[in-house]
Amino acid sequence: MTLSQIKAKAASLMAGFEGEGAQTVDCAILQPAEVLLDLYGEDIRTRAYVTQDPVRGEVMLRPDFTVPVVEMHMADGAEPARYTYSGEVFRRQEEHPERASEYFQVGYEVFDRTDPEAADAEVFARFSEVLAPYGLRAVTGDIGILTAAVSGLKTTEARKAALMRHIWRPRRFRALLDRYSGKTPIPASRKALLESADPWVSCAPMIGMRSSREIGARIEALHKDAAADPISHDEVALIDGLLKVSESCDFALERLLDIAVDLPAISEAVERFARRCAALDARGIDTGSLAFEASYGRSSMEYYDGFVFGFLATSRPDWPAVSSGGRYDALTRQLGQGREIPAVGGVLRPGLLVDLEAGQ
Amino acid sequence: MTIKLGVPSKGRLMEKTFDWFGARGVGLARTGSEREYSGEVTGVEGVELVLLSAGEIPRELAAGRIHLGVTGTDLVQEKLVQWDQKVAPLAELGFGHADLIIAVPACWIDVDTLDDLDAAAAAFRAEHGFRMRIATKYHRLVRAYLHDGGVADYQLVDSQGATEGTVRNLTAEAVADITSTGETLRANHLKVLGEEPVLRSQATLFKSRVAKKTDAERKALNALCDVLKVG
Repeated sequence: MTLSQIKAKAASLMAGFEGEGAQTVDCAILQPAEVLLDLYGEDIRTRAYVTQDPVRGEVMLRPDFTVPVVEMHMADGAEPARYTYSGEVFRRQEEHPERASEYFQVGYEVFDRTDPEAADAEVFARFSEVLAPYGLRAVTGDIGILTAAVSGLKTTEARKAALMRHIWRPRRFRALLDRYSGKTPIPASRKALLESADPWVSCAPMIGMRSSREIGARIEALHKDAAADPISHDEVALIDGLLKVSESCDFALERLLDIAVDLPAISEAVERFARRCAALDARGIDTGSLAFEASYGRSSMEYYDGFVFGFLATSRPDWPAVSSGGRYDALTRQLGQGREIPAVGGVLRPGLLVDLEAGQ
Repeated sequence: MTIKLGVPSKGRLMEKTFDWFGARGVGLARTGSEREYSGEVTGVEGVELVLLSAGEIPRELAAGRIHLGVTGTDLVQEKLVQWDQKVAPLAELGFGHADLIIAVPACWIDVDTLDDLDAAAAAFRAEHGFRMRIATKYHRLVRAYLHDGGVADYQLVDSQGATEGTVRNLTAEAVADITSTGETLRANHLKVLGEEPVLRSQATLFKSRVAKKTDAERKALNALCDVLKVG
């Protein structure tokens, strides 16, 4: 494949989205690193190129378009809005040096508060249509069902907040759930701290910015946590059952409706899922065969908080997703400085499509 | 043509390396004036001594410019992406022991595990409006360790020396550094987390997996490994 082929592919894909009414946008390659670091944390340094600008400080070669497009929309976007873009993104590949560190992405993003499930279906159907000739396997998921389940747990707000904070880190999430349900014992050092009559006795001198008041507040929080009832095994089993749902959308909906009987907190989220399935059907997507995995997108798609999807090349299991996307309402809230708007979108990789065409 | 053996160019690490090879019948010595970085090898044929900074030995091994090198596991794993594809450890030399650890102020009586550190980081960010700072020069190793431990809401700040002083100077809340006895940490009112260290390091003889060898060089390398009883 050549760069000109990929550029031509990208241009024709973007023209297709423009033809559907999307406005073309672009953004700078050098983005301030601070915004992305604050959103994703230090881990993004392993996936993005961070460099030093003598005046602006740390800057990052854009690892994707979504964050700058959201910032642009929140600053001066009209409502509703549909955007498309095309350009190179840059990813460090420490774990997979064989993967491209610079590649084209073409995106389509919808900012529209009238009917979020219809917008989900619109975005998915657009990508599904464009990708139809390539025989890819589509997978969908919904992070919103898991967050609804967590918010409905019969436990303290502090525990729920901690679980929510780690929704996108499945192992840590599991460790917390095991701790809160009493499956793993309290570490010895914490037990000693909780049992100590005066934990401050023989304390070292206070140094650093974290004050004795902050330390005291955490100890108080630990005491409250120790006094709280464990999360019941029934509730943990429901979460486990929920995370294991992996079938066609239609069957998944039945399973989730069953789980919602015992876990009514997810009812609204499951209703949204049902409305999305109907909206997909209305756009000609066969939800009887479309895959749904409840845990899809948890470890790799950190800003998505609702519907998620990916298109995978079954002939190339070593590849990353050819296309991926989802709903990121919370991201607009974080970047919107007090404002928010439901938003959903996705990207695809013209370079991989050119490769697939060449292989056919 | 000769096999190139990279050895730290000064200090205890060099002396102990010379002792280790000497005890196995391979004489390593510096030649010329005290300030001249040249050396000689006795007891085996076809091996050349290259004196280098310990920090540069990983890079030279990975580039294939030296065939063998003595350096710390910490430096190899920090500096080389996918280190095990570029170098292979032949022998641990039994000195230069040091652990890469995370340390927090000893007055943080509520923090002993990574779970505690993560919870403290979340609360710290909410209180101070920025991510908790951990000072280190081992960015890659520490980031991977904290990722595996599920710690969020922290940032690494670069510190190339006197790292233990950063907390008192209010430029970091915690540190990640190499320690052998922990004395400097204690003197600076820091304590090590009660977890497995990020890495247990010691001086190690590594072989480059990428350095090209002629037949004669391969023979020399095998002969040296036989004498040393490694590989």
